[in-house]
Amino acid sequence: MDLSAIDPMLLLASLMAASTPVLLAAIGELVVEKSGVLNLGVEGMMITGAICGFAIAVESGSPMLGFLGAAVCGALLSMLFAWLTQYALANQVASGLALTMFGLGLSSLIGQGYQGIKPPATHDLNIPLISDIPVIGPILFQHDPLVYFSIALVAAVWAMLKFSRAGLILRSVGENHSAAHALGYKVVRIRVLAIMFGGACAGLGGAYLSLIQVPQWTEGMTAGAGWIALALVVFASWKPWRVILGAYLFGGISILQLNLQAVGVNIPVAYLAMAPYVVTIVVLVIISSDRKRVSLNAPASLGRVFHASH
Amino acid sequence: MFHLEPRPQTSKLWIAITPLLAVVATMIAGGILFAFLGKDPFVSIRLIFWDPLFGDFAFYYRPQLLVKGAPLILIAIGLSLGFRAGIWNIGAEGQYIIGAICGAAVGLAFYPMESWLIFPLMILAGALGGTLWAMIPAILKVRYGTNEILVSLMLVYVAEKLLASMSLGLLKNPEGHGFPGSRNLRDYASAFNDELFAGTGMHWGVAAAFIAVILAYVLLNRHMLGFQIRLTGQAPRAARFAGVNPPRLILFCLGTSGMLAGLAGMFEVSGPSGQISIDFNTGYGFTAIIVAFLGRLHPVGILLAGLLLALTYIGGEIAQGQLNLPAAAIQLFQGMLLFFLLAVDLLSNFRIRLNQRKESI
Repeated sequence: MDLSAIDPMLLLASLMAASTPVLLAAIGELVVEKSGVLNLGVEGMMITGAICGFAIAVESGSPMLGFLGAAVCGALLSMLFAWLTQYALANQVASGLALTMFGLGLSSLIGQGYQGIKPPATHDLNIPLISDIPVIGPILFQHDPLVYFSIALVAAVWAMLKFSRAGLILRSVGENHSAAHALGYKVVRIRVLAIMFGGACAGLGGAYLSLIQVPQWTEGMTAGAGWIALALVVFASWKPWRVILGAYLFGGISILQLNLQAVGVNIPVAYLAMAPYVVTIVVLVIISSDRKRVSLNAPASLGRVFHASH
Repeated sequence: MFHLEPRPQTSKLWIAITPLLAVVATMIAGGILFAFLGKDPFVSIRLIFWDPLFGDFAFYYRPQLLVKGAPLILIAIGLSLGFRAGIWNIGAEGQYIIGAICGAAVGLAFYPMESWLIFPLMILAGALGGTLWAMIPAILKVRYGTNEILVSLMLVYVAEKLLASMSLGLLKNPEGHGFPGSRNLRDYASAFNDELFAGTGMHWGVAAAFIAVILAYVLLNRHMLGFQIRLTGQAPRAARFAGVNPPRLILFCLGTSGMLAGLAGMFEVSGPSGQISIDFNTGYGFTAIIVAFLGRLHPVGILLAGLLLALTYIGGEIAQGQLNLPAAAIQLFQGMLLFFLLAVDLLSNFRIRLNQRKESI
């Protein structure tokens, strides 16, 4: 075992890229939950986005088109969930699970012909000057555009929720849908839009996995990333900036355990590979042990069915 | 055009009809899907739903119905208790794996000793393993209020890694020439879960599934605890005033579903599968969620739904062999079934009324 073989620079440099898929999915889900809807189908939308983005990028040769397509596919798939929960008034937990199972099946069906293919490469954004700064340059400024996009998205969501009228309306729908309805806001329409936004983000996150991080298509490649994104939203207490913190914490652990595997630490590979999941559980426990804080931060109408009789 | 009018009480008639409606809708949508894949929709549907039961090789497939249905029913019965009370155990797959590992480990520990005691011990170990694995989310929920959905699901991935480690390490067959996977329990009479009647597919797991159905029926309809489960699901606040102890209910529901999932895993590893291997689990724990909903969380319904889903597994394999239908198509098919079921559920809770033209005031 030789721990010095792990280069902390490389570790930090790969951290941002490793965190981006869950970050994208989690910020989308945060908006969905802020509108009072619990969509457990993130995993399904993510993996569908992964294969759709992959297929479109391979067929068109353009990774950017792939990302766009993944977002559209994710949003389309989330419409199924939106229709079930908002119009057919189905249970949100069950519908989310159905979405995940459906997405897993759909993705492996689409992905049949795409195994073992390399997608077109996405080029890193090398900003002149600042990307050449030693240490900080490679860690912060030599990534692909999607990494910066994900951070910008978090900032945009934060600003939207905090400062804009639309954000206020979205939050009011999530806190008390009856009151929002009484004020004349279209609860169902707002929620459907939020769900679609969440689907698009999850799709993007999935495409990031298959197009940049791995990059290739394997069945079930998300391996629980969608569920971890759901856990991150709880971890973040529904606050956008904390989603970044949580995502990078999680990304750091996955990168660290991969590096430890490569170095050949005395711990069996299987136990190292458990680390991200175990850490997620531990973090969830720590966050939820303070019950008052969770109940203060969670949107009050989260997971409740809304049916207006008038 | 039309609007929804809540029914004062959920319609018993529609509750019984909607699963059938969902199955029919899935068949239609599935047929369209198969047509898109370039297969004859009518042939594929016939292969999936008709041939395993009444086709030329039905004598071979009918026993399979029990073999594949038993773990689904066993797990779904456990899940349905929790689902009724609003306690969501999504990690049955993990409990299934741990039950299998524990059961097989106990059996293999005695190898090559022969004794009639070994199999009952394995059953106990499997049940205990599943229970303990499900107790993790249960205790975390009771003690810290942690979301049981996320924790139980994370534990599925942990269990899968553990399974990989076991089949490559501790439980690996020392005479297996380095191949991953444990000793095959078929070759070890005391630990093998053989068919009770040759050629019927009836093994101890199937018997356990039937017993679970009966016990669950009695529990839900004739026992105080079952009443409390149903009450908690329908009116949590009223339940607390009626003296229900929520933490105890959480521990009971998650523990029981974990135990049944563990049992299912143990019966599977000692019987049809025969050995612990990396790809031992095939998603029964997740399909059982569909079974539980399709069976309306009712024990008898689950029995029928479990057999139906087993049919899609078997039929899917036939269609794979004969039509080259991809395996994923069946997975998608099962996912669609749950979608349609949730959608048609609307009919049991609401009346669809055409809008009357508003009278002028």
